[in-house]
Amino acid sequence: MKLALRLNKKVNRSWQVDALLFLVLGLFGAFMVIPLIYVINNAFKPLDELFIFPPTLFVRNATLENFSDLFQVMKNSWVPFSRYIFNTVFITAVGTAGHILLASAAAYPLAKHKFRGHKTMFTIIVLSLMFSPHVTAIPNYMIMSTLGWIDSYQAVIIPAFAYPLGLYLMKQFMEQIPDALLEAAKIDGANEYRIFWQIVMPLVKPAWLTLLILMMQMLWGTDGGSFIYSEQLKTMHYAMGQIIQGGIARAGVGAAVAVIMMSVPIVTFVLSQSNVIQTMASSGMKD
Amino acid sequence: MQKTKIAAEIVMQPKGRPAGLQGKWELFVKDMKRDKHLFVLLAPYMVLFLLFTVLPVIISIFFSFTHFNMLEFPSWVGWENYSKLLWNDDVFLIGLKNTLIFAVITGPVSYIACFVFAWLINELNPKVRAFMTLVFFAPSISGNVFFIWQIIFSSDSYGIMNGFLMKIGIIYEPVQWLQDPQYMLAIIILVQLWLSLGTSFLAFIAGLQTVDRTLYEAGAVDGVKNRWQELWFITLPSMRPQLMFGAVIQITASLAVADVAMALAGFPSVQYGAHTIVTHLVDYGTIRFEMGYASAIATVLFILMLGSNLAVQKLLKRVGE
Repeated sequence: MKLALRLNKKVNRSWQVDALLFLVLGLFGAFMVIPLIYVINNAFKPLDELFIFPPTLFVRNATLENFSDLFQVMKNSWVPFSRYIFNTVFITAVGTAGHILLASAAAYPLAKHKFRGHKTMFTIIVLSLMFSPHVTAIPNYMIMSTLGWIDSYQAVIIPAFAYPLGLYLMKQFMEQIPDALLEAAKIDGANEYRIFWQIVMPLVKPAWLTLLILMMQMLWGTDGGSFIYSEQLKTMHYAMGQIIQGGIARAGVGAAVAVIMMSVPIVTFVLSQSNVIQTMASSGMKD
Repeated sequence: MQKTKIAAEIVMQPKGRPAGLQGKWELFVKDMKRDKHLFVLLAPYMVLFLLFTVLPVIISIFFSFTHFNMLEFPSWVGWENYSKLLWNDDVFLIGLKNTLIFAVITGPVSYIACFVFAWLINELNPKVRAFMTLVFFAPSISGNVFFIWQIIFSSDSYGIMNGFLMKIGIIYEPVQWLQDPQYMLAIIILVQLWLSLGTSFLAFIAGLQTVDRTLYEAGAVDGVKNRWQELWFITLPSMRPQLMFGAVIQITASLAVADVAMALAGFPSVQYGAHTIVTHLVDYGTIRFEMGYASAIATVLFILMLGSNLAVQKLLKRVGE
């Protein structure tokens, strides 16, 4: 009886250590979140509050001035701000949709079939997780210029389709689908495409959302890199950089853009969190 | 009965012994025909992957042995780029040194932070857990909001850090945080850590939730005395696959420091205080257009990343064996 009681409680937790650990968690949580709270508050500060000494964290008289100024500033610019928004949304939406589709299509055979070269293919994917895109930036520029894609949307969108992390996570997640289910479909006369589209795809919805979050992390914040030169093709992140370059006079407007930029991925993550965690559970690397 | 046996033999055939080269080829063709649907599914992704990830690595290695400026035809120079890089380019060595300092600090610290915070968050009840996950993950998903640190460490007295320190009387005039090489590196490390609770952090949270609960009960019976022993003997070994995945993500990120350094300390930074291998690469690749030399830098980076990843994988595989 005594033993059972102890087992129901977690093993020997002293409340002192508990308190200490959660104090640590709280402190670091504050470190993570205060810069974000600061930028959100700055976005709503009127001009005089932005330059109080000493600076304040929280806004006193909240105003939407900075947001209206933003559109004022951008109306006078060469390209309307809405165009930057469109570019970012377009690149993110097409890049993410294409990536989810292509990565899932490739993940299904790798996860559920043994065919010539399946091991080699997956090994190369894992190896490619081990270096960053910086390594391939220079030759990619050469490839883009050979293809004639410099200064176009596809230079940013198409390579995103074949981002290795998405395929890796999708494949690991698909491995959990029971083989019996696929066998049954095959006996019913479904071909591989139908099995993939009608059975596998609906089952891996949590993984779609995970890939969505990862692609958003990458594409939503892209500035087009060295591939895009035309002003009308540049992204919101680039516009934000330009505004911040304007110096302290634009501090409030800069914060307003930052709030617009960060709200979309954060809201997406809030809505999809449980699915993302479910996918990540299968992310492990087996020997 | 006979029929099914033959059918089974046909299915089994790929595993059987092929008769000579002819047989091997026939077998290959047969396999390809059988799996053609799979290759159709794989093809779109694989073509793009080869074109934008595998081919670039090969191109990069090839051009690293040439002199190439995108205008003239490349000329073969052998190991010249590498010898110049390692013996005659002091700025590269500064970049290499800074990269290694970043990697050695941010790599392990961020990795351990990802795990420790995931572990602590996992003890909370589900609603608080979801909230704290968001708090820790938010910076890494907020895109390029790290510019906020530029305002926090702004060099005038309106910067939060200067304002705060002046108010409590630690300093009497503003410090040039991001222009002084003395502070630059530390601030970039701080911001890099702030941004580093990303994919691996989520993988660890997920991994912790899948550890078999009965293992803890069994452990308690076997004499696990406290949470630290529980962590060491049960939690960590159960999570080894996620730990290996997280290591890859953190190592790769910690060796690729550039965006934050360039945004905060400027490019080039004062006295190259925040210069890294990647910023050196950007300098030669996109400003000077010395593609051969830039390819050599990229190849060194590639070897460094792949090498350290493979070494750590080997190490982690041994943990708990």
